[in-house]
Amino acid sequence: MTADHAALSLIELGAVFFGLGVLGRLAQRAGLSPIPLYLLGGLAFGSGGVFGFGSIQGFTDIASEIGVVLLLLMLGLEYTPTELFTGLRRSWLAGVVDILLNATPGAVLALLLGWGPAAALVLGGITYISSSGIIAKVLNDLGRTGNRETPVVLAILVFEDLVMAAYLPTLTGVLGGVSLAAGLRAVGVSLLVVTVVLVVAMRFGRYVSAVLFSEDREIFLLKLLGSALLVAGLAAAMQVSAAVGAFLLGIAIAGPAAHSATRVLEPLRDLFAAIFFVVFGLNTDPSDIPPVLGYAVALAVVTTITKLATGWWAARRQGIGPLGRARAGASLIARGEFSIIIAGLAVSAGAVEPRLAALTTTYVLIMAALGPIAARVVEPLARAVRASPAVKPAS
Amino acid sequence: MNVEVTPLPGIGVRKDFALRSGQRVGVINHRDGAIELIISRTDDPDACVASIPLTVDESATLGNLLGAPQLVAQLTEEHKDLPGIQTKQLPIFEGSPYDGRTLGDTELRTRTGVSVVAVMRAGQLHPSPDPGFTFTEGDLLVAVGTSEGLGAAKKVLKNG
Repeated sequence: MTADHAALSLIELGAVFFGLGVLGRLAQRAGLSPIPLYLLGGLAFGSGGVFGFGSIQGFTDIASEIGVVLLLLMLGLEYTPTELFTGLRRSWLAGVVDILLNATPGAVLALLLGWGPAAALVLGGITYISSSGIIAKVLNDLGRTGNRETPVVLAILVFEDLVMAAYLPTLTGVLGGVSLAAGLRAVGVSLLVVTVVLVVAMRFGRYVSAVLFSEDREIFLLKLLGSALLVAGLAAAMQVSAAVGAFLLGIAIAGPAAHSATRVLEPLRDLFAAIFFVVFGLNTDPSDIPPVLGYAVALAVVTTITKLATGWWAARRQGIGPLGRARAGASLIARGEFSIIIAGLAVSAGAVEPRLAALTTTYVLIMAALGPIAARVVEPLARAVRASPAVKPAS
Repeated sequence: MNVEVTPLPGIGVRKDFALRSGQRVGVINHRDGAIELIISRTDDPDACVASIPLTVDESATLGNLLGAPQLVAQLTEEHKDLPGIQTKQLPIFEGSPYDGRTLGDTELRTRTGVSVVAVMRAGQLHPSPDPGFTFTEGDLLVAVGTSEGLGAAKKVLKNG
């Protein structure tokens, strides 16, 4: 019986991974991010979907939690504390404009639908946060790393990621749904913890790196993963959100340790993050999607324009030409992993409108697919507009 | 020359400068050690017409090619009042017997009368190398001497 169960689990898990591999290959062929296809895969398997699987649910649930931890840990590894602080100082104004323009549409829609202030906070976060994973890949694929508008884009992403470090604990507090005073206290405590950890990471990061680092890949991997899960778990127990704990640990690890950590963790992150997207798709009932499709499309249109405007404005402040401004705006359009992480927090807390999951899935499906395409076509499009006789000055 | 250094969070550092033509040329030092040569477009200075990944060896060679002629020209200019004295670049080729050996081992001064005034390595200038300076493949020696002496020195470096 147990042998049968194990066999069934292996077959199911194998089928899932193989299927994701095929989907990933398709996405690559089409020059897209694999995230939308993973979500679709999850939808197909999920409740009310074409298939269903039961025997590996325990594994996929914890694996998707690990996926979130690894996504945020690797994000933290990308940046040194100094980069974060200089980024914050240089780009705070663009960052604030970004928040105002892009969180507002989501928040307003949630309020208009009567889903309440908590859902407004959630949906605002979902429409606000760009996908640094997708964007970094697109910038690299299109050979735009050396472009002059690229630091503008990166600075906005850095700012967004820092905002996440304050936003996620706040969200956890609000979703905890206790009294307003207790909620505010939780928010205050978590913000304090985040600040203290950031400062400590900046001062004593090299000790953290020294403790974790090992020349031996196997030992390093175990210490790294162990500490990430420990910190994430402790952070979750303190209501600071596991993801933020992992993010802060990632920031604290710097120097050569960070480079090897990235190399060691990358395959694991890809594996567990894929499961995370599938599980989110699984938990969305496909029959919930048609009623929210219109809202998702409207939100997609509005927040595409607002991200374009954000990038345009920020790039213009740095003296970038019109083509570069258009590229900066279009690069920022993609939403992905973080929107899903936010929605995942909200759904698992169970404190918000259930249709939110379907709305987020649809929205991210659109934006993760649209982002890379927009980044690609914006340049020829902008050139065509500039060259068209309608816009050309009479000469 | 005003080199602009721009941090690229999560990627590395961009170092570039504007040419007289308005084009930008520079490098991106990736955090993993990779180097990329970037050249901006003429019609859109914000974008790049090329970004070329270089290995460490490739960028060192490029640095030598770009840097050495200027140094030689400068030295030649300084020696123009001394007839018969020339400045030349002498490379340490692959397979040279002095790859991994010192300047003293070559006995260039004794054998050819030529003085090595500088070594270009990886785009860096090492002026007045002492006899203990160890050569490596790809180094460009900047040598001063008579034209016969320089010809002999070239053979010494190639054949031992």
